[in-house]
Amino acid sequence: MTAEITNTTMNILNQVLNGDVRAAAKLIRGIEDDIPEATAAMGEIYLHSGRAHIVGITGAPGAGKSTLLGCLIGEFRKRSKKVGVVAIDPTSQLSGGALLGDRIRMQKYCTDKDVFIRSLASRGWKGGLSRAAINTVHVMDAMGKDIIFVETIGAGQAEVDISHVADTSLVVLVPGMGDDIQMMKAGIMEVADIFVINKADREGADGLRISLETMLDGSPRQHEISHHSGINDVSPETPPDPGAHRPDEWRPSILLTEAINNKGIRELADEIERHREFLTSSGKLAERRRERAKLELTMAVETTLRSHLQKTDECYLDTLIDDLVQRKTDLNTAALKVIKLPTEL
Amino acid sequence: MFAERVLEQVRKGMKRWLDEVKKSTGNPQTRARFSTVSDLEIKPVYTPDDIKNLDFERDIGFPGSYPFTRGVQATGYRGRVWTYRLFSGFGTASDTNRRWRQLLKDGETGLSTAFDFPTLMGYDSDSPRSRAEVGKCGVAVDTLADMEALTKDIPLDRVSTSMTINPPASVLWAMYLVAAEKQGAGWDKVSGTIQNDMLKEFIAQKTFMCPPEPSIRLISDTIEFGTKHVPRWNTISISGYHIREAGSTAVQELAFTLADGIAYVQDVVDRKKLDVDAFAPRLSFFFNSHIDLFEEIAKFRAARRMWARIMKERFKAKNPRSMWLRFHTQTAGCSLTAQQPFNNVVRTTTEALAAVLGGTQSLHTNSLDEVLALPSEFAVNIALRTQQIVAEETGVINTIDPLAGSYFVEGLTSEIEEKAWEYIERIDKMGGMLAAIERGFPQVEIANAAYKFQKQVDSGERTMIGVNKYRREEETPVELLKVDEKVETEQVERLKETRRIRDNRKVAQALHDLRAACKSDKNVMPYVIEAVKEYATEQEICDVYREVFGEHRDPGFF
Amino acid sequence: MTPERKVRILIAKPGLDGHDRGVKIVARGYRDAGFEVIYTGVHQTPEQIADAAIQESVDLVGLSCLSGAHLHLFSEVARLLKEQGAGDVTIIGGGIIPREDIPRLKEAGIKEVFLPGTTLEEIVNWTKENVSPK
Ligand SMILES: Nc1nc2c(ncn2[C@@H]2O[C@H](COP(=O)(O)OP(=O)(O)OP(=O)(O)O)[C@@H](O)[C@H]2O)c(=O)[nH]1
Ligand SMILES: [Mg+2]
Repeated sequence: MTAEITNTTMNILNQVLNGDVRAAAKLIRGIEDDIPEATAAMGEIYLHSGRAHIVGITGAPGAGKSTLLGCLIGEFRKRSKKVGVVAIDPTSQLSGGALLGDRIRMQKYCTDKDVFIRSLASRGWKGGLSRAAINTVHVMDAMGKDIIFVETIGAGQAEVDISHVADTSLVVLVPGMGDDIQMMKAGIMEVADIFVINKADREGADGLRISLETMLDGSPRQHEISHHSGINDVSPETPPDPGAHRPDEWRPSILLTEAINNKGIRELADEIERHREFLTSSGKLAERRRERAKLELTMAVETTLRSHLQKTDECYLDTLIDDLVQRKTDLNTAALKVIKLPTEL
Repeated sequence: MFAERVLEQVRKGMKRWLDEVKKSTGNPQTRARFSTVSDLEIKPVYTPDDIKNLDFERDIGFPGSYPFTRGVQATGYRGRVWTYRLFSGFGTASDTNRRWRQLLKDGETGLSTAFDFPTLMGYDSDSPRSRAEVGKCGVAVDTLADMEALTKDIPLDRVSTSMTINPPASVLWAMYLVAAEKQGAGWDKVSGTIQNDMLKEFIAQKTFMCPPEPSIRLISDTIEFGTKHVPRWNTISISGYHIREAGSTAVQELAFTLADGIAYVQDVVDRKKLDVDAFAPRLSFFFNSHIDLFEEIAKFRAARRMWARIMKERFKAKNPRSMWLRFHTQTAGCSLTAQQPFNNVVRTTTEALAAVLGGTQSLHTNSLDEVLALPSEFAVNIALRTQQIVAEETGVINTIDPLAGSYFVEGLTSEIEEKAWEYIERIDKMGGMLAAIERGFPQVEIANAAYKFQKQVDSGERTMIGVNKYRREEETPVELLKVDEKVETEQVERLKETRRIRDNRKVAQALHDLRAACKSDKNVMPYVIEAVKEYATEQEICDVYREVFGEHRDPGFF
Repeated sequence: MTPERKVRILIAKPGLDGHDRGVKIVARGYRDAGFEVIYTGVHQTPEQIADAAIQESVDLVGLSCLSGAHLHLFSEVARLLKEQGAGDVTIIGGGIIPREDIPRLKEAGIKEVFLPGTTLEEIVNWTKENVSPK
């Protein structure tokens, strides 16, 4: 494999590994646009990725994800971490264009050389995660970013969403919007490692926290909440449930934040780091990464097959189609022929 | 207003008329739909049926009496014509002082200050952020020394001065008060206005510094200080002008401005525990006068009626003066065109007429070259003469509120009022203007209206002469005012000199005291005044604000 | 079936003036014409704009300035982009700009200047003709 590395690929690889933003950004662009050189270089990049802590952040439109990210960037920079952000916004189905509005809330950190923010349009991936998005994470990872945030909308609904790829998944909820219930129905409960109740300055934050608690395990645990929330001083009356402290089990935590007032951010960052430590110490990190590799492999196979199909000689396809129309062959056999696999398995 | 029998007849007559028109002319209309510049649909003809719900006593009445639809002054312009107030400022303080004295000689009756962007944003002329902006769009003021130069030989106890300044309003006002004092003009005598309206900055013009909540606090501090110590000063000019310039409709301009006003009054009442009647008489307003003559007149009339009702019913004001909506007007910059710029004189004249028929207290007429650059002296003069001709030649001031009773104008006044109330109710439901702004509600409403308008212009549905109709290839050259690049270096030198000769220890102490005041709930004004007296720079004071209150960044709502 | 390459555009307001009516209209217009648009908001420094353009690997940077500081600010953005190896990014500008400044702006690397009264369609068409994905 390595023998085939071209000079271009080598150049891009070296630049990216050296943290060259311009080269990395161009590579990401190439991946988005499916440029062959970019795909080739991506192969090498992949081999150099896998170190960063990947944090997914999802929640309803307007929940404050980007504002929160703006705060988190600042907090992790204080902790001397190099930060990457991939922010995905929907492509307009009408025009095919997109207004990518996340960056504006993080623009303050734009000139920090150790922060790399990249906006992506979903381009038909409907709130899910495109291959380009995953590869963008790999590029930032290879560049040496310590922590990479991925902002998307609509977790739990898409086929492949960020929770499948992230080490830590944040779900952002807002009091009084009613979307909390929607999200819970959509299967969010299973994917969240940390629930963030943002806009805690608004009424209903406590109510939402309690209903979340109830949903999590049937009974509110005052102790844990007050310990982590950082804002509301709920006195620790109920003793902690010993079950929550089993070392190999993570009980999703609930934190309150006010992103516009930069409140609750330090605690959130602590919790993100605590989750990462938990993953390492419990061996769950390896598990998650295997899952991710499997998922990516599946996606890669699908992509490879699709592009193989696109490259297949039209005449050859035509004869196969003729055969199908005349029922000389069946779909399964024809498909195996296209991908040049033995037809008898 | 009319007996049911009369209305019955009118309706019948209307139906007959419509039928006849249809029969005799086939298709009488050149367009499918006639609408105002704000896209409000207008009927072919208005009748008593359109004002049937109006009650003369309750809704129209007489000039100078509640609900002030016909004007706040009983004598209208017969008692006193509006103030001719031209917004001006450029270069250094002495450059502007010279222009001001010329304007006063030419018959201007009030001053109005345009500051440059660094001053507007709370940066000194030598800040890296100020590069290439110093003295460009207005006058550069860094310290009291500049304010003294700006007001030199102008009798501040007699001439009223309006200052278009927002985040650093407290600072510039303090400089003005100190300059006046040094001149011998007591605070009981000085009069004028600071714009000091931050809500419309978050909504529309985006000149912001600190987040909304502390911004409001600073405003309430100035209102309280004015109430107690500078009785003739308007400590706020609640502005719709910029909301309209950002592309809003007339209804939005009206609704958002009044909703802003509600927020300010509420804050002063809650935070300062002042009686409304103690401060409300000093609240002033500032509206845009756009090109749609009748829509604007109706807007101004509706504004007065609505504010009177808000103050009386919502805030339980007792003093009629608290219910007065006194306003300054500027003709619409956004209606002017860079193409065939001399046509702008005609637009401005029409807009000035709308403001006057709507009963404005004070008026700025745009110069014909305002879309191209800072106004030249030649263009400013035509703008001033435009107002003078309207006031002194046309006779429109002979009677007060001349369009009252017009089926159309009264009907439109009510329609605009109704639509504005709807907005205000929605904003109330969100928890008030601050909460609405946080959600981006007014911002998005305006952006939508602006986009729609642009699409209408692009498609030719809405005409802008010289832009999408009657275009001409060659352009009429106009002489433009250029601010000399030397202004920046000169101003920076001047600032350095001021810093050199002042007592830096005293400055540090004053800033220290100010910081403490900001952190407490004390009124900041006395501390700002102390700092200004020691020649602390504008940015030094604003940096204290930024440090204590934080910095606001553009959330970029679409 | 290969995904269509999209032109990516950064819209920014350098300097201290906050009049964003025009840029917002242009940003929307671009989106509705099928472009991918990133808007950085008002009060941006040239450094912030150049860095954002690079991180976002855009093909076009659209600048707007109504304060009269365009010569300095636009040229600065162009210089910074060049300095960081992104001289191939097309830059356009708009706002209140005297005609006689246009040659100097072009010299500084601003490819086109749109004056008040320009329609959205003109801007979009110009972009379609002059900018392609890089
Ligand atoms: N009251 C309040 N408002 C907040 C808070 N955090 C964010 N907001 C506001 O919520 C709005 C949306 O914030 P964003 O950060 O853009 O939300 P988002 O989830 O990234 O939105 P999308 O990317 O459009 O899905 C903005 O007006 C923020 O200022 C908070 O803690 N309290
Ligand atoms: Mg976002």
